[in-house]
Amino acid sequence: MSDTPDTGAWRRLRARPSAVVAAAVLAALALLALGAPLLAALEGQDPTTYHDQLVDSARGGVPYGSFGGISADHWLGVEPGTGRDLFARLLYGARVSLLVALGATVVQVALGVAVGLAAGAGGRLLDAVLSRFTDVLLALPMLVFAVALTAIVPDGFPRPLLLVLVIGLLGWGGTSRIVRAQTLSLRGRDHVAAARLAGRTPVQIARRELLPALAAPVLTYAALLVPTNIVVEASLSFLGIGVTPPTSSWGQLLSTATTWFRADPLYVLLPSGCLLVTVLACTVLGDAVRTALDPRERSRLAVGTRRAAAAPQKGATP
Amino acid sequence: MTAYVLRRTGGALLVLLLLSVAVYALFYVAPGDPAKLACGPRCNAEQIAQVRDQLRLGEPLPVQYLHFLQGLVTGRDYSTGTGVLHCPAPCFGLSYQNDQPVAQLLASRLPVTASLAIGAMVLWLLLGVGTGLLSALRRGGATERVLTVLTLTGTATPVFITGLLLLMIFCATLQWLPFPTYVPLTEDPEQWAWNLLLPWTTLALLESAKYARLTRSATLETLAEDHIRTFRAYGLRERRIVGRHALRGALPPVVALNAVDLGTMFGGAMLTETLFGLPGLGRLTVESVRTVDLPVVVGAVLGVGAAVVLANAVADVLYALADRRVTLT
Repeated sequence: MSDTPDTGAWRRLRARPSAVVAAAVLAALALLALGAPLLAALEGQDPTTYHDQLVDSARGGVPYGSFGGISADHWLGVEPGTGRDLFARLLYGARVSLLVALGATVVQVALGVAVGLAAGAGGRLLDAVLSRFTDVLLALPMLVFAVALTAIVPDGFPRPLLLVLVIGLLGWGGTSRIVRAQTLSLRGRDHVAAARLAGRTPVQIARRELLPALAAPVLTYAALLVPTNIVVEASLSFLGIGVTPPTSSWGQLLSTATTWFRADPLYVLLPSGCLLVTVLACTVLGDAVRTALDPRERSRLAVGTRRAAAAPQKGATP
Repeated sequence: MTAYVLRRTGGALLVLLLLSVAVYALFYVAPGDPAKLACGPRCNAEQIAQVRDQLRLGEPLPVQYLHFLQGLVTGRDYSTGTGVLHCPAPCFGLSYQNDQPVAQLLASRLPVTASLAIGAMVLWLLLGVGTGLLSALRRGGATERVLTVLTLTGTATPVFITGLLLLMIFCATLQWLPFPTYVPLTEDPEQWAWNLLLPWTTLALLESAKYARLTRSATLETLAEDHIRTFRAYGLRERRIVGRHALRGALPPVVALNAVDLGTMFGGAMLTETLFGLPGLGRLTVESVRTVDLPVVVGAVLGVGAAVVLANAVADVLYALADRRVTLT
């Protein structure tokens, strides 16, 4: 039963060149991140060793040589100040950035589906309480609260995990709202009523009758959560409260880059480029997934189409 | 209408109260001893006990929370052994770092953030609404294509990347602008604006993309309405139709987005202030998180939360007043 629409979605997805390119870029990035230790070994470097002899201490630590000290030993040059290998730091940084973003998305989707299902399929009181809570959560600025929450966590707590939890716990509102709306429209359908009359428990109904129908909209929304999460992680690390050195992430690299933008432009451009390409590829692919799963949807990125106004939702916030 | 306003205000106040409970519980129940944090790293056990006494940390948590609430309304006095530190209302407590009342500390940083926000807002409204209108006017053309790509890139680019690139271009390469330092408006208006130009642009570029998209879609929607068709039939010039009548339809959502976006903007201000080293509220919050100065963090979070909740309530009411088609529920 599920075969036909799925293959249709695949076909539509593959038919879009932008989606294919975005997917290829992301796949390449994932491979680079996964193979970080291997590639760094190939280069003969690691992300944490200091190379004092490669930076000019008389000029405050600017790398010797042009373009940030690019050489046969250091393919993308070295980090100003410390002389750590930039290629290795970028690759290891990709691991943190992608892993945190994906982990946070998983937490967001799990929480969003659980709360949305409970609100949509549960009683009226439960729905009211959960929906108001979701509204408040959506209204609050995620970055500000994420920053604040990191203050109360003990020092020894692993930072990447902390980032996953903080971003995940604060960012499930959108998923929950979508799941609730879908559940409300599903619960009146015949197959759900039949399952209820057959004496299935609410948990069974949720798992067998509701969840399969929720997969497409949730997947679509999740695809668009990933780029947002990448940016939030980078922002937190940029503010110096995400991952801490010697661990690198793209945001952490950019945070140190603020002091070097005059002397070593490449040190700013490389992590910026990585971050931008990833976010754009995720956004393009997410949009393509959305239109492929639901052909009635118009692409948000398409040009020259008339689209209904995206006015701020009424009553969205307390 | 009055009933709606009252209900909306009541709802907002309830949310604020719940928010304060949640934030208070979260931050003061968290692992780590507030007395130890307040006293500093060089305190001995006796001094810590003394601080615990002063902050009344021995009392049950609900009582502590009530004291906190009372402090917000009437102010609070802290005895320091030698004298009394008065913390006037609204009292969020004293900073662990220098015993300054948190509200005073926040207020001292407010002008910087306000300078940043207001200038950026003017810029992004001009940029955003302008681009949005232009791309609605030239729909289907090459101009719209270019503008769509630009706005998409604008929304996807984090503030700190835009800021760093602007710094590299205008501050390092061209040397047109100084590296921003904050000069108060009252001291030297020209230097104030000149120094803030880069931070304003940075924040505005991020936000304007969102406003461009919103303006474009709202304008297109209004243009599809019947009364516009009538204007066209009367032979009004397209420029006038868009500039006068379609813009009117596009403005309410833009105003509403402004209010709803207050929180996001503060997040942006946090990044912008950190990047440019501006001593504003955002940077204060980040620094307080690093030094675990809990009263300041709680004060900043509650302040931003309150601003967001109130702005939302005001926006809803204004929206309902401006557009009678909106049903009041």
